[in-house]
Amino acid sequence: MSSESTPALVKGAAGVESAASGGPAPAGPSARSPRSRSAAGYARYAAGKLAGAAVSLFAVLVTSFFLFRLIPGDPVKQMTGGRQVSTEQIAAMRREFGLDLPLWQQFTQYCGKALTGDFGTSYQFRAPVVDKIAEALPATLLLTGTAFVIYTLLGIWLGARSAWRNGSAGDRANTALALTLYSVPSFWLGLLLIITLSVGVGPIPGLFPTGGMESGDTAGFDRVLDIAHHMVLPVVTLVAVEYARTLLVMRSSLLDEMGGDYLTTARAKGLRDDLVRRKHAVPNAMLPTVTLLFVNLGTTVAGAILVETVFSWPGLGGLFYQALSVPDLPLVQALFFVFASAVILMNTLADVIYPLLDPRVGR
Amino acid sequence: MTTSMEKPSEPREPELGKPSGGPGKAAPAPSPRALTRARRRQAVVRFWQQYRTHRAGLVGLAVLAVIALLALTAPLLVGAGSQSVTDAPGGPMEAPSGEFPLGTDQFGRSLLALMLWGTRVSLTVGLLAAFLSVAIGTLVGITAGHFKGWYATVVMRVTDWFLVMPTLVLAIALATVLSRSVWTTILAIGVTTWPTTARLVRAQTLSVESRPYIERSRALGGGHGHIMSRHVLPNVMPLVLAQTTLVISTAILTEATLAFLGLSDPTIVSWGGLLQDAREAGAVSSGNWWYLAPPGLAIAVVALAFTLCGRAIESVLNPKLGVSR
Repeated sequence: MSSESTPALVKGAAGVESAASGGPAPAGPSARSPRSRSAAGYARYAAGKLAGAAVSLFAVLVTSFFLFRLIPGDPVKQMTGGRQVSTEQIAAMRREFGLDLPLWQQFTQYCGKALTGDFGTSYQFRAPVVDKIAEALPATLLLTGTAFVIYTLLGIWLGARSAWRNGSAGDRANTALALTLYSVPSFWLGLLLIITLSVGVGPIPGLFPTGGMESGDTAGFDRVLDIAHHMVLPVVTLVAVEYARTLLVMRSSLLDEMGGDYLTTARAKGLRDDLVRRKHAVPNAMLPTVTLLFVNLGTTVAGAILVETVFSWPGLGGLFYQALSVPDLPLVQALFFVFASAVILMNTLADVIYPLLDPRVGR
Repeated sequence: MTTSMEKPSEPREPELGKPSGGPGKAAPAPSPRALTRARRRQAVVRFWQQYRTHRAGLVGLAVLAVIALLALTAPLLVGAGSQSVTDAPGGPMEAPSGEFPLGTDQFGRSLLALMLWGTRVSLTVGLLAAFLSVAIGTLVGITAGHFKGWYATVVMRVTDWFLVMPTLVLAIALATVLSRSVWTTILAIGVTTWPTTARLVRAQTLSVESRPYIERSRALGGGHGHIMSRHVLPNVMPLVLAQTTLVISTAILTEATLAFLGLSDPTIVSWGGLLQDAREAGAVSSGNWWYLAPPGLAIAVVALAFTLCGRAIESVLNPKLGVSR
């Protein structure tokens, strides 16, 4: 976690700094040249976005602290779980976790430590929260990353085909299927897949493991295969419920391009229909889709909570669910911060990159 | 639907229509009120004629009508006793049969009856949560578009901040923090899903407010409240209607998710709750697909029906509008 949160804040600060120092410089002698003016304009734009992101991250930090304090119940009582404990022991535990301090002191401590990447000690695991998150992060990144690549490619490919044959039976079937899967609760789809393909119904044997990430008795290349085998169903579930959004955006942005004169020109040159689509129309229609990709990248991590819970995937989502039931305040806070900052960072990245991709966007 | 929402604006219309009685015609000029009513009726008829051409929208509407009917008549069809755990009619976990078309749960209750009761919860929570979300979004959007300056800046900052919050995580957090009840679920969904509506409505408000008739109304002495409620609101209402329909399907899905995670009132039978029951009763490992399949299918069908209606309304109102926005 430390490697995630602090660089984020530092990056924001560095962005502001570089813009502050880089901003006035081009505006000096060469202010007349439109190129340098636009570079300065872009620096200012990017700095604004990064500063906004830093503010948002801080707001998330504040929320993560106060929101979960509202959970009813005393965390110390939860931890002792009915065992006979003396008042001295309880007082000692309160001191250990810093729960004996006034709320505002807890808050300033929390913020100060969070800036250095320290999110405290988990109540239930008695281990640094950062370590728990670092343990679970690779599993989540592996699952969501794989799913992201697949559903993005699938969505763009199907969306482009759908728009190109707008109104055809294929287009309608495509859109209908995507909308249907989009309306399906992901956890339900996951459970159904487990029943039919892991447990097995009737003649279908159990083809895939019911959950977890690996069997644990393999090494080397076999281990890779084993993990891939475990990943099939969760990835299929995530892809099925997520690809619709990409498809719909790709489809509508390509539809917007369809009337373009440059496509007529391309056809008049004698290009094959397929080439017109791939070389001319799709690259232009990709622009709005790119923004969505970043947003997806940020939300998929949080969106995987359910899929991870259903498939007992040892990732952040499963950890979050576990932590909520205690409630394990430090862990919940930190995970909330991770989920929200993933979205913020990706949105900011999209904002910053977009003008570079599309010069028409006003700054 | 549109008429009922715009009706409140009628009584105040005469002051705007006064000058229309000017040119002396042979036939008595229709009263401004009648004119307004006729215009609105025409608008609704035109809307319906265009909506009718969207086959998917019609299918969605028909499905919703059937499901609403089932939800309303559930007490007549299956009776309130079917939710009782103590005097359940069947044995635990019976497979589908003639007596229990969808089988029974671990307490021996008929799943078909529970499904029908669940319809009421899902629809109620979905509708109320969507209404709350859209109401907040509309209020924030219109005021932020109307009052410019620091108010708008602050409000839109807050909106942006809510927008980047992972909705599901925030809703889960809220549902955990507050006590378990249907109202908590509604609140958690409503409070987390409004920012999209707020942004949409604000953009529309800005474009409406730049039109000359707003300036005219202001020159005639119309105050902030008058302009927002009589001029801006009726103009953003169609957009809000489309947005509501789309938010409902999100709300129904989120409700099912929260119930599945055990974060809603455990005494109330809902589709998401049934799925959680099924999982806890070991329906997954014993391969009882007939217990798991119907609730999820029902959620998907209702969510899809609302989405289809929303998309049809959207494309009638604004044929150029991107589908996903």
